[in-house]
Amino acid sequence: MSVNTPDSHLGAGSLLPDAEQRQKLRKRRAMRDGLSRYGVGSSGIGVIVALTLIFVYLFYETLPMLAPVSMEQGQAYTVPTGETDGYSLHLTLDRYQEIGARFTSRGQIMFFDALSGERRETLQIPVPEGAEVTAFARSESRRSLFAYGFSDGSVLPLKVEYPQHFVDGQRHINPRLSFPLGEQPIRIGTDAGEPLVSLAIVEGRGGYIVAGGTVSGKIAMAMFTTTTNMMTGQVQVRRQDFSLPTLDAPVGQILLNDSLRNLFAIDRDGLLHSFDIVDRSNPSVIESIRLVAEGEMVTAAELLVGSRSLIIGGSDGSIRQWFLVRDEGGNTQRMTMIREFRAHQGAVTHIEPEYLRKGFLTGDSLGEVALHYATSSVTLKHLQLDEQAINRMAIGPADSLALVEAEGAGQIQVVEIRNPHPQTSISGLWGKVWYEGRDAPEYIWQSSSADDSFEAKLSLVPLSIGTLKAALFAMLLATPLAIMGAIYTAYFMSTPMRKIVKPSIELMEALPTVILGFLAGIWLAPYVENNLPILITGAVLFPLAILLSGLLWTRAPERIRNSVNAGWEAAMLVPVVLLTGWIVVSSSPWIEVAFFDGSMRQWLTDVGIPYDQRNALIVGLAMGFAVIPTIFSIAEDAVFNVPKHLTQGSLALGATPWQTVMGVVLLTASPGIFSAIMIGFGRAVGETMIVLMASGNSPIVNFNIFEGMRTLAANIAVELPETAVGSTHFRVLFLSALVLLFFTFILNTAAELVRQRLRKRYASL
Amino acid sequence: MKNWWKSGTPWIWLTGGAVTISMIMVFGLILLILVRGFGTFWPHAIVETSYSLPGKESERVVGVLRRSESLAAGVIREAGIPLPEGQVVVTRHLIKAGNRDVTGRDFQYFLDDFLGEWHYPREMVMLERREWGDFFGMPLRLLEQGQVVVDGEGLWPEFQQRLKRSNSLFDEIRRIERGAIGNINFAMERVRLDRRRAELRGTLNAAVEADLQARMERLNADYAVLEQRLNSLYAEARRDSIVLRAASGQEITVRLADIVNAWQPNNMSIPAKLGTYVVNFFDFIFGYPREANTEGGIFPAIFGTVTMVLVMSIIVTPFGVLAAIYLREYARQGPLLKAIRISVYNLAGVPSIVFGVFGLGFFIYFLGGGIDRMFYPEALPAPTFGTPGLFWASLTLALLTLPVVIVSTEEGLARIPSTIRQGSLALGATKGETLWKVVVPLATPAMMTGLILAIARAAGEVAPLMLVGVVKLAPTLPIDSNFPFIHLERKIMHLGFHIYDVGFQSPHAEAAEQLVYATALILVLLIVMLNLTAITIRNRLREKYKSDSD
Repeated sequence: MSVNTPDSHLGAGSLLPDAEQRQKLRKRRAMRDGLSRYGVGSSGIGVIVALTLIFVYLFYETLPMLAPVSMEQGQAYTVPTGETDGYSLHLTLDRYQEIGARFTSRGQIMFFDALSGERRETLQIPVPEGAEVTAFARSESRRSLFAYGFSDGSVLPLKVEYPQHFVDGQRHINPRLSFPLGEQPIRIGTDAGEPLVSLAIVEGRGGYIVAGGTVSGKIAMAMFTTTTNMMTGQVQVRRQDFSLPTLDAPVGQILLNDSLRNLFAIDRDGLLHSFDIVDRSNPSVIESIRLVAEGEMVTAAELLVGSRSLIIGGSDGSIRQWFLVRDEGGNTQRMTMIREFRAHQGAVTHIEPEYLRKGFLTGDSLGEVALHYATSSVTLKHLQLDEQAINRMAIGPADSLALVEAEGAGQIQVVEIRNPHPQTSISGLWGKVWYEGRDAPEYIWQSSSADDSFEAKLSLVPLSIGTLKAALFAMLLATPLAIMGAIYTAYFMSTPMRKIVKPSIELMEALPTVILGFLAGIWLAPYVENNLPILITGAVLFPLAILLSGLLWTRAPERIRNSVNAGWEAAMLVPVVLLTGWIVVSSSPWIEVAFFDGSMRQWLTDVGIPYDQRNALIVGLAMGFAVIPTIFSIAEDAVFNVPKHLTQGSLALGATPWQTVMGVVLLTASPGIFSAIMIGFGRAVGETMIVLMASGNSPIVNFNIFEGMRTLAANIAVELPETAVGSTHFRVLFLSALVLLFFTFILNTAAELVRQRLRKRYASL
Repeated sequence: MKNWWKSGTPWIWLTGGAVTISMIMVFGLILLILVRGFGTFWPHAIVETSYSLPGKESERVVGVLRRSESLAAGVIREAGIPLPEGQVVVTRHLIKAGNRDVTGRDFQYFLDDFLGEWHYPREMVMLERREWGDFFGMPLRLLEQGQVVVDGEGLWPEFQQRLKRSNSLFDEIRRIERGAIGNINFAMERVRLDRRRAELRGTLNAAVEADLQARMERLNADYAVLEQRLNSLYAEARRDSIVLRAASGQEITVRLADIVNAWQPNNMSIPAKLGTYVVNFFDFIFGYPREANTEGGIFPAIFGTVTMVLVMSIIVTPFGVLAAIYLREYARQGPLLKAIRISVYNLAGVPSIVFGVFGLGFFIYFLGGGIDRMFYPEALPAPTFGTPGLFWASLTLALLTLPVVIVSTEEGLARIPSTIRQGSLALGATKGETLWKVVVPLATPAMMTGLILAIARAAGEVAPLMLVGVVKLAPTLPIDSNFPFIHLERKIMHLGFHIYDVGFQSPHAEAAEQLVYATALILVLLIVMLNLTAITIRNRLREKYKSDSD
């Protein structure tokens, strides 16, 4: 329309634009046209790309979980040795994985650069006059607590600290030793003088426990409680000694857990003796069990972080995880073999647990190193080094660097590890897992706890079951109501009424779900809890009342019947439904008294059905309410668009209206109805706020309608804001978002395709 | 009967019943929200009665009846309260007795059987306090600096006068604290950031330092003046107090400075109550929340919702419309485009929480983190855009509602008869000219519909917002008088989240219940209004172009 405007620019001479002006105009118009084409094109494609990005990004965030674990040999250097020689008792790394420390059998602690092996300071512990180091103990890596045991039967606990200071923005670390129980070695046990061959130390809430074993099978144990004087800062140590029953064989290794409840002694015959030390005055043996096959020996044993799980390496190369499991009676906890890992060819010589996770490294006598993860019960990676027996290993707190010292070779091998998400195997996420401290393998979702040595339980099964449970109960309510309503509205209802009903029900769809959830949680849940019989009476009375009024209507006088046109049944039913509703509600207490001893809630509990106030029923009601309009709207369209000549033909052949509905309308519209149900189901699966507010959000695995659940969507809403970016938990949450996305996307696409085919079919009919 | 059954008519009745039940559910729900929401602001009568459980001392009860319900007697018996044999139904009343600071609990159930006669003393006062919730009591005397001013007759008018004075003082205090002091804090933070930026750039020399110092001193001086003014205002406001007798018989002194509003509902005529109702309603809409959001108004939540939705509209409209035009007018039609179209449409059915996850991961951590490193290094490690905020919330919702706008616009474009297009092309217009001057203007109503539907959906969406920018209490509004006026990085409050938070996370769930109903009411009204507008526009549009293009 405004193409002609350039006229106004014309010169006085001619009324028409001259050739040059026309040329210019044409150029400008072509340019504008191109601009429009490419502008619209690029932003259109940009939007599509942005939407695709959702898929790509969610996938990108979950991808690192699938990344393969790698273990690569880095540098190797000669073992740093001091003036006085000795073999390595232990290796550690500091928290930046920069400084390695080597504890030698001469009581020296040598610090060295972890990557190059360059020597740094060496610290010497006070060794008692005339005594030699005969035993060494380490506590959990994160506590950095160690103990030396000497040939005169004394023990020296020590801690290694890495204080840091900054000079010109550069970090400097000067390692130092501290002695929590004093610099003087302590005698434990009553028999002085017998050398300790094995030693254990643990720091728990009540103080320190030190236990030592001798060749004769004796175990001495002492507990130390320290109190710091507020005024002087002096540390007071109180000790308490215990004697444990003597073993038949020499003590090979002692392990203590930091709950200060159990002591495990492994003897040279491969037997594990588990002691209950809760009653400190009278420690007792709970059981003695064989850990390895007859004739084999336990060559390495270590507790995982949290000191609940015991990893046992045998001379046959086997690696097994054990922990205490409550027995049938529930009174005593017995050591139980939980799982076995890929065995080594040679004898297991060393086990090194990770700092904060349930993973561990093992080394064998043939120079192979393997990385395992307990929770997901997998051997992630193995690496063959020089064929030298592995003596000692250390793994850094970031789980990305390990030092391996081979016997005889005098070399330390640096191993670089990339293993950020060891827990997320298929079986770890979807299978039953036997978690520490549980009685049996289970599906559990429990992502965090106050304790940092906690074993994260990331089973997606409870969440998926919860999602399905919520969606299922919602569909149970919504599908019949919505489909039946749709059939009536599309086929039987009079036109003026349909004009009101359809938009009203569709308006429901726009109702924010947060409001539905709020009403369900605050109003409906307590109401239903106090009036449970309405569920039964409602389910029975409503259909009955409707049928009865239908029957009565046929008996009504002709005059009245003729005054109402067909298609107004629903309107006539309004008073019936209201009246029935009133009866249902007000009869509730009477029914409770008559059939349920006065309280149906209590009756359910007595019968053995657990009842939560916010449960699947409430979620089903509220979410069903939210899903009804979705299903109704699509199904109604499908039924309404069934070509009229089909139904008219059927009626003309003498079928009753209902026979026509069943035989013709539903048959033709069934794909549309099916796609309506699918879309409704998709909506129920992804709904967040209703579930968040109307269910208890407890991730349980059952289909009890009177208990709550936790769904994938609600779980994301609850946990994602609080998790650490990039952690396994974070990525698992992204994975659950991805699962939701794919699931609903596929469901919707299938529904859309079905609908399109239906539309085509209608067009051809 | 048999024939009736065979003909299938019962099924017709049953399907009709399904419609009836659905409709009753919809309207019942809306009615529930309307009644409870609008009921919030009514000054209900204050009841005085006595309550004597068998075997316990009788106690006086003063409060407002919240609701009554009937229960099976068994439930009550289980709680250990003896009821006469044979009694089946018990009625109990939830009474709001207020005085949380005195009694410790302000809501209590009372069994009808043990309640005495109900009185409505005309003098009974309800105080809406700034802290500790409402107070019910009988006014005794008015104090000024601890000295009795009025006692008995004439107390109420004098009290109201003085309350007005203390409230206006309080308003001024608020104005200074929110406005002037807020601005000074903002400016001080800016000085700190300027210094840090200069440090990072290495341009911090004596001159700059002196300048910054001077700015800071000026601000400090301004602050000192304001602080003095505030102190004197506070002293003024603390002058008066009122002594009341609580239900327990205790005499309680309440400072007028702690009172927001006061009524004698039993002494009010219907028009007076209506007046109070309107005042309460406006206080609710334009007031700020108090007491961990359980009292006061919801203005920041309304403001936050509206701002977020507006920013979202600004983002979603051009992109949605352009994408729709591209899909309909420019892209080559074929199986690929069909697949793309279905995918885009289906994104509307993807759970909203998934968009929230995407927004948190991609927008906030990835984009926001990048923006912070590039443009706001001086504020690090405190994130500016690398944390949930208004802009990211709007952007996430824009993505969420994009399919809605695209679908609606495409529908509108498809409805324009091809004859109009052909006519324009035949007159020599280029494709672009036809599009922008003929087709798009005709499709504007469809775009409007799409936008309104998008807004309605966005206003009611909560789940993704919990991840990308909505908080329970935002200290500042996203728009204020400080440059650049719209603070896209700020966190906002939101009506939907307010409902979730106050209803489920608040310490006084019962006290907050009414407020949540009222908030829900506002949200429902907002959304119903938007949807009705959209439906009207769409219907008009359909009438207008009811043509052969279908």
